[in-house]
Amino acid sequence: MSNIPDDLHYTKSHEWVRPIAGGGVEIGITEHAQSALGDLVFVEVPDVGRNLRAGDACAVVESVKAASDVYSPVTGTVIANNAALSAKPELLNQDPYGEGWLFRLQTSADLPPLMNAAAYASFLQDEAK
Amino acid sequence: MGLKTPLYDLHVAQGAKIVDFGGWDMPLHYGSQLEEHHAVRRDAGMFDVSHMAVLDLTGGRCREFLRMLLANDVARLEEFGKALYTCMLKPDGCVIDDLIVYLVADTWYRLVVNAGTRDKDLVWIQARAAEFGVTVLERKDLAMIAVQGPNARLKVAAMLAPAQQAAALELKPFTAAAFGSWFVARTGYTGEDGFEIMMPAADAATAWQRLLERAVQPAGLGARDTLRLEAGLNLYGNDMDEQHHPLESGLAWTVAFEPEERDFIGRAALQRARELDCDRLVGLLLEERGVLRSHQRVLAAGVAREGMVTSGTFSPTLNRSIALARVPSTTGAAVQVEIRGKLHAARVVKPPFVRRGKAMIEI
Repeated sequence: MSNIPDDLHYTKSHEWVRPIAGGGVEIGITEHAQSALGDLVFVEVPDVGRNLRAGDACAVVESVKAASDVYSPVTGTVIANNAALSAKPELLNQDPYGEGWLFRLQTSADLPPLMNAAAYASFLQDEAK
Repeated sequence: MGLKTPLYDLHVAQGAKIVDFGGWDMPLHYGSQLEEHHAVRRDAGMFDVSHMAVLDLTGGRCREFLRMLLANDVARLEEFGKALYTCMLKPDGCVIDDLIVYLVADTWYRLVVNAGTRDKDLVWIQARAAEFGVTVLERKDLAMIAVQGPNARLKVAAMLAPAQQAAALELKPFTAAAFGSWFVARTGYTGEDGFEIMMPAADAATAWQRLLERAVQPAGLGARDTLRLEAGLNLYGNDMDEQHHPLESGLAWTVAFEPEERDFIGRAALQRARELDCDRLVGLLLEERGVLRSHQRVLAAGVAREGMVTSGTFSPTLNRSIALARVPSTTGAAVQVEIRGKLHAARVVKPPFVRRGKAMIEI
């Protein structure tokens, strides 16, 4: 079973969301997602200042195998992106919940309903069937 | 559930991610495709290629039959054990399959064909073999392991009987020899030195284990694809197929137009194509960040018709994206490739991109 930290929120498209101080959120992709993609070789993150709506395709993670879109789980404005991934996309494989974070958003609205760790774990189990 | 090679259980035990490939359950990687790629470039890796079909053709008129069937000329095989890379064409000159043919003995040739094309190849060959009195025997009793990399040959030789080791190491490129029940060929699909070993299926698991003990890295289809693309080697179904002929697939060098009197299938069509300005298969190096993928559009200034990427990937050796692309003959050195709706600059280069561990193009 893959690593699913208890303190994060999850989407069905395998993004995670971490509330941060000041009302923002940090967003990345899950352990399961990076493992399914394989060795990542290219990551494109959204520019700072970009306004995103929940569900917008806003980042691209590309492995030796295939390219995959990342969708913003929430509505907000990009306040930071992880520039280190440009030179070291493997950070996303090595530490998907830490150094492999993708971008941070300032959100105006409350978080939409997302899965907690237990719900995401059972979602992964259903998906594997 | 697909077909399984004699090594399937070992792959699973070693943590392979299994995928379907031409109806076979094959390892994609054993954890990290990039590490497997680098192991082959720097040391030695091994691939289970038992899914490929081995066909033994025998008969007094076998040579005559293959000189008709194949676009390259088996008359070039002047010694036992010599191998030849060739296309098998339809009358319209387009490619049914690419394969390696070995001269095993006087009236005995061995063909190694792709797994995904095995069925249609057999039908095509058998329909024409009878007329020549040629017998086609599929060697389902054999497994095949490709051991590739700068240290691959030494590691394989160490597994052979002491009396056989020197002979194995003396094998010239594109040459094979029998060592007991093993047929060892100095061929491959990675741009590195190495051997491809055909052996009784019952020997495969032990051979794989013994190579593991010699620190040969198991490598999956993922690394096989990035390695062959760096080496500028075509993949059937991507870079050539039944809609394209060898001259527009970078394979003119495999077509033996001489001697003129040899009338192989597809010859007339290729001779007509040779007079025309046909498309060509070129290498591309992406000048920007991103990854080239098959089916992306290739645009060039002053060229009305667009080209297409036939195989694209990230090159672990060059740390850049590379591709093979079919483009109009008037395409110059600078092109643009459309990746997810945006145009990115790429440079036309001559493959191979990497050979024997070294970059062959300027980055």
